[in-house]
Amino acid sequence: MKRANPMRQRLAALGLLSVPMLTYPLLSLPQGEIAGIPAPYLYLFGMWTLLIVLAAVVAERRGK
Amino acid sequence: MLSPGFVLFLSAAYLGLLFAVARFGDARADAGKSIISANVYALSLAVYCTSWTFYGSVGRATSGGLSFLTIYIGPTLMLLCVGVIIKMIRISKAQRVTSIADFIASRYGKSQLLAGLVTVIAVIGVVPYIALQLKAVSASLQILFQTSGGEFLPGMIDSTFIIAALLALFTILFGTRHLDATERHEGMVAAIAFESVVKLAAFLAVGVFVTYGMFGGLSDLFQRAAAAPELARLLQMDSSRAGTWTALILLSGLAIIFLPRQFQIIVVENVDEAHLKRAVWLFPLYLVAINIFVLPLALGGLLHFQGQDFNPDTFVLTLPLARGAESLALLVFIGGLSAATGMVIVETIALSTMVCNDLVMPWLLRARWLGVGERKDLSGVLLGIRRAAIILILLLGYIYFRAAGEAYALVGIGLISFAAVAQFAPAMFGGMYWKQGTRAGAVAGLLGGFFVWLYTLLLPSFAKSGWIANGFVEQGLWGIHALKAQALFGLSGLDEISHSLWWSFLVNIGLYLLVSLYSKPDAVEAGQAERFVDIFRHGARDTDARLWRGTASVDELVSLLERFLGPFRARQQLAAYAAAQGTSDWHALPADAGFVRFAEAQLSGAIGSASARVMVASVAREEDLGLEEVLDILDEATQVRAYSRELESKSRELEAATADLREANERLRELDRMKDDFISTVTHELRTPLTSIRALSEMLHDDPKMDLVDRKRFLGIIVNEAERLTRLINQILDMAKLESGRAEWTTAEVDLGEVARETMESLGQLFREKGVTLEGEIPAQGPVVLADRDRLTQVMINLLSNAVKFVPGETGLVQVRVMANDSEVRVEVADNGPGLTVEEYNVIFEKFRQGGNTMTNKPQGTGLGLPISRQIVEYFGGNLWVESRPGAGAKFIFTVPLPASEE
Repeated sequence: MKRANPMRQRLAALGLLSVPMLTYPLLSLPQGEIAGIPAPYLYLFGMWTLLIVLAAVVAERRGK
Repeated sequence: MLSPGFVLFLSAAYLGLLFAVARFGDARADAGKSIISANVYALSLAVYCTSWTFYGSVGRATSGGLSFLTIYIGPTLMLLCVGVIIKMIRISKAQRVTSIADFIASRYGKSQLLAGLVTVIAVIGVVPYIALQLKAVSASLQILFQTSGGEFLPGMIDSTFIIAALLALFTILFGTRHLDATERHEGMVAAIAFESVVKLAAFLAVGVFVTYGMFGGLSDLFQRAAAAPELARLLQMDSSRAGTWTALILLSGLAIIFLPRQFQIIVVENVDEAHLKRAVWLFPLYLVAINIFVLPLALGGLLHFQGQDFNPDTFVLTLPLARGAESLALLVFIGGLSAATGMVIVETIALSTMVCNDLVMPWLLRARWLGVGERKDLSGVLLGIRRAAIILILLLGYIYFRAAGEAYALVGIGLISFAAVAQFAPAMFGGMYWKQGTRAGAVAGLLGGFFVWLYTLLLPSFAKSGWIANGFVEQGLWGIHALKAQALFGLSGLDEISHSLWWSFLVNIGLYLLVSLYSKPDAVEAGQAERFVDIFRHGARDTDARLWRGTASVDELVSLLERFLGPFRARQQLAAYAAAQGTSDWHALPADAGFVRFAEAQLSGAIGSASARVMVASVAREEDLGLEEVLDILDEATQVRAYSRELESKSRELEAATADLREANERLRELDRMKDDFISTVTHELRTPLTSIRALSEMLHDDPKMDLVDRKRFLGIIVNEAERLTRLINQILDMAKLESGRAEWTTAEVDLGEVARETMESLGQLFREKGVTLEGEIPAQGPVVLADRDRLTQVMINLLSNAVKFVPGETGLVQVRVMANDSEVRVEVADNGPGLTVEEYNVIFEKFRQGGNTMTNKPQGTGLGLPISRQIVEYFGGNLWVESRPGAGAKFIFTVPLPASEE
């Protein structure tokens, strides 16, 4: 029997872990502004981009 | 400059460019050099970003702040479930699925009913969405015309209609090139990817222009917004909308795979599964990029047009126009046009395939007794139907757009569409992962969910537009409050989308599960369930052929293929199939189950699985296998797989056992050889003293007159040799016992220091005779090990008598040292003899090998002492070795482990 594909599992785990990071109640934490830019704006785009970068690292890693 | 004529000319020119890109893509595909790379695939997914994103996001941001982002975060998270999407792609390729309706129908026993139901839901849910795109194009055209002060082109019909007609033409040209809907439309995909780049570039351009050209950058824009009380709330999150936030993420996550156009692009148009690895991050990155300036644009628009009556949905256009940046406005217009046309093209292709295969074909097939059935070649008719469906869908969209105008039913349709296609989720996911899900369950779930959606979302949007009475929203149906459409059973406090999603999913999933559990699948369903759920295991179609039994004729099947695929393509496919079967002539193919499967698969690609099944059944007399038998066959297939796996592992075990045996045999032979060597050596060693004893005895016997001195000397030698012989025999016996493991061992606490001292004392006479100094460095007490005292004494005696043999007389020095560390005792016996050469080093532990030159010197021992000592030490878990250099003496060392200290 073939073993489950580790890349798919890693990506799925990343997706699962991202759900709480991108929904309430954590979303209500960033408030006010940083360097003139609203904290929620920075948090959402920052977290989102981080997630995409991690996904890219996992997906594009050369399999051994 | 912005005359209506110019704008229309530009639009037409842009669409012309799209035609060129699509033609190029198709030409390359025909030449076998596909331009669909992983990047193009990822970009084509951005057909998700319609004009609703391009214009509407800014509008949403002006009222809801950052909440528009949910529509893009959902797809990001969904795409990370690569396994689910790959499974969909695999199934679709194996089953030649042409659309999402076909997928669901095929899973639940190739049901025409289900296919039709899914198609109807998709059309009702999505056609207004197409209308929304046309409206966006129309609105953007109007704004450009307003600024130019011009009227519509005199004497010409509505410009939106022209665009819709051009889109229909494009879709017909590039969407219906092949009859086989599973054939990819590479030109179309290339054009969509191109459009994705255009709309992103346009949106980024206007974002940068407004943020940095009209305002002093992001922070300036945010600062000024924060200062305005009615804008400040857009900058922070609103915790009271937490439920909506999550619901929208779920909804958009489902939409990214279940919207017909998304299914078309992600699944049907997929060239290579590996492309998904790129799409999983590149497409979300695209979404981030296209969203970064949405909130700044919304704030910019609100600040700039403060107090004026401007539609926030058009800020992207009106902002640059307010600054007179006409060429930028044109670029934005082209970007919006890209977003709208991309969506319309793909959605129309997907819907037309569904309408043709799942609504028209079944009707046509039933009516074939009326005349359609007699026509020889139906492929032309099929293409005609598909083209007509494209025109019809676009026309419907256009009519809806004209009829709805500014009505809410059009503006709010984006999310309403999402909620409609989300109803496919239980039947899809259930079908892919749960074999028990049945057709009845899927139909019940879909119908239930669809009606709840209709009642709680679509009809209320009609009521809001004033098209129907809104009594059922305000007071509830028939005045029953519990039936208020947007507060069903008094459930309030949710927004309308979450409300509808919650109730429709409850009904949909509930009915799907309950009805599935209480209904029985038929034979076809059970087979399909197996193939879908276990797609990764059914790599090859091993069970397919056995699930069909009946009689068919090749001629009839071939003529069926020719009728639907056209003679040319049918023959092409037949030839390919024959080649795969190893025959050159397809006329010679047997009409077996495999051939029937092949014919059905080919037909599925053209007319959908449900219709294909009906058609094949009309010419082939299939025996009804019955559910039990199908389950048996499937079970048997599983068992065969299990057996073959078992067989494999058994044969592997067998191989391993054979290898072990061979190794053991080698070892036995080696031992046998060693035994022979041993015996011959032993005999040789025994003969030497015996010979000398016999020779001297004979001399004594033969010569009675020998004088007393000689006689005494000879007798002394005889006694010595006899002793040597005895020792030799004792040691050989000892060795044999040790090696066979029959030696008797007693284990007790032994003080090694004491053993060393006693041995030194008992051998003291020997040393003194030869004038050799014996020194000891031994602790007064201990160390104590668990061993056999007599055996250890034997080792000590051996080492010491060896040492005394090899050191020179008078100047000889032998040192004994006993020490202990945490884990073991180390005993060293060092001498200042001649030392050992490298060769000797390696051989002295072998039996009957002795140090010194045996050729010239008289052997001084039996050659068994060291091997025996080593065996003894190793028996107690220690080691015996030697450290030496020629001329520098030798140091024999052995270790014995200390007993593990008890706590």
